[in-house]
Amino acid sequence: MSAQMDKRRPYIRSMNSWWKRDPYFIRYMGMEATSVLVALYAAILLVGLLRLSQSEAAYNGWLDALKSGPSIALHAVILVVFLYHLWSWFKVMPKTMPMIFVDGKKLPAETITYTGVTVAVVVNVIVLIILV
Amino acid sequence: MADSTKTIEMEVLRYRPEQDKEPFYQTYSVPFTDDWSVLQGLQYIKDDLDSSLSFRWSCRMAICGSCGVMIDGVPKLGCRTFLRHYHPNKVRVGPLEHFPIERDLVVVVEDFIKKLESIKPYIIPKEPRKLEQGEYLQTPAQLEKFRQFSTCINCMLCYAACPQYGLDSKFTGPGILALLHRYNADSRDGGQEERMNLGHSEEGVWGCTAVAYCSEVCPKGVDPANAINQNKMGSAIDYFLRFVAPRGAGK
Repeated sequence: MSAQMDKRRPYIRSMNSWWKRDPYFIRYMGMEATSVLVALYAAILLVGLLRLSQSEAAYNGWLDALKSGPSIALHAVILVVFLYHLWSWFKVMPKTMPMIFVDGKKLPAETITYTGVTVAVVVNVIVLIILV
Repeated sequence: MADSTKTIEMEVLRYRPEQDKEPFYQTYSVPFTDDWSVLQGLQYIKDDLDSSLSFRWSCRMAICGSCGVMIDGVPKLGCRTFLRHYHPNKVRVGPLEHFPIERDLVVVVEDFIKKLESIKPYIIPKEPRKLEQGEYLQTPAQLEKFRQFSTCINCMLCYAACPQYGLDSKFTGPGILALLHRYNADSRDGGQEERMNLGHSEEGVWGCTAVAYCSEVCPKGVDPANAINQNKMGSAIDYFLRFVAPRGAGK
């Protein structure tokens, strides 16, 4: 090895707190974190299903628990988080799909995102109408 | 210099392995005009203020891919980023993140080059072809399937934007996986199976968690995140197909 090569001492930077380095990474971590509440909400629904399988009284108890103050507050938070989850999910969607060509032109990412969001909103409104 | 000359403070990361224990920022006052790029600022420092500063550059017109640096924490090409956008604030210039620092703004690129070779970034013909058979013909639609991914200039900005590569450099990374897709998607190519031994692996497309900052910082609109993630579906199908139709014992 030459004397010049001996002087090589590549410096490796730490990745500690990497996600705080760039606002883009913070948004990414926020997006990933929404899935925790998505899982939590799935658990709430599964508990409801479990209670339904047990007895009518058990199920009514679960319904009453949902109507409590803390539960409504939690649901309000979950709703907001879900909206961000919905938006960020469809924002990433164009990246995960094969390219779509219409008349020889690539379908813009925005079209895919907005179509997805529109479909999700319409489906949710229909579900809401059926439930209410 | 013309009357419109202003002065900007450039904070440049210095690391001289023979004398510095760790990198530090050094501030230079750089006079500039509105048409000056960050690269020109660095060249002014080297020519007129401090000849010991090291950085890579070549074409000055965003095609050689040499002058990628972190500018105020964002991976950018020094030659297509203008000092006027940062003035009157100071601007901070550092070496590309996630690569070891060789010296000042120069990073170690051996890992990138090794990976680039590993994906066979060239057309592997489907069958031997004689000169008399003439050129390969390709329709505009066939071209569009890979054209966007072929504009990569290997500037490595996407690597500096990819935390997955920073956390585990075994990951092949955005730019090279986009090139892998570029050749796989080419109608003249028959090398998909050879390349996808790597592509299907954890070091390949599955190392990506769709942060997608790579596509944001790419100066050429390659969209590596799309190239990688559209391969995940194919990779998943390939994985499950082996249970339906087992491959040869040799594979």
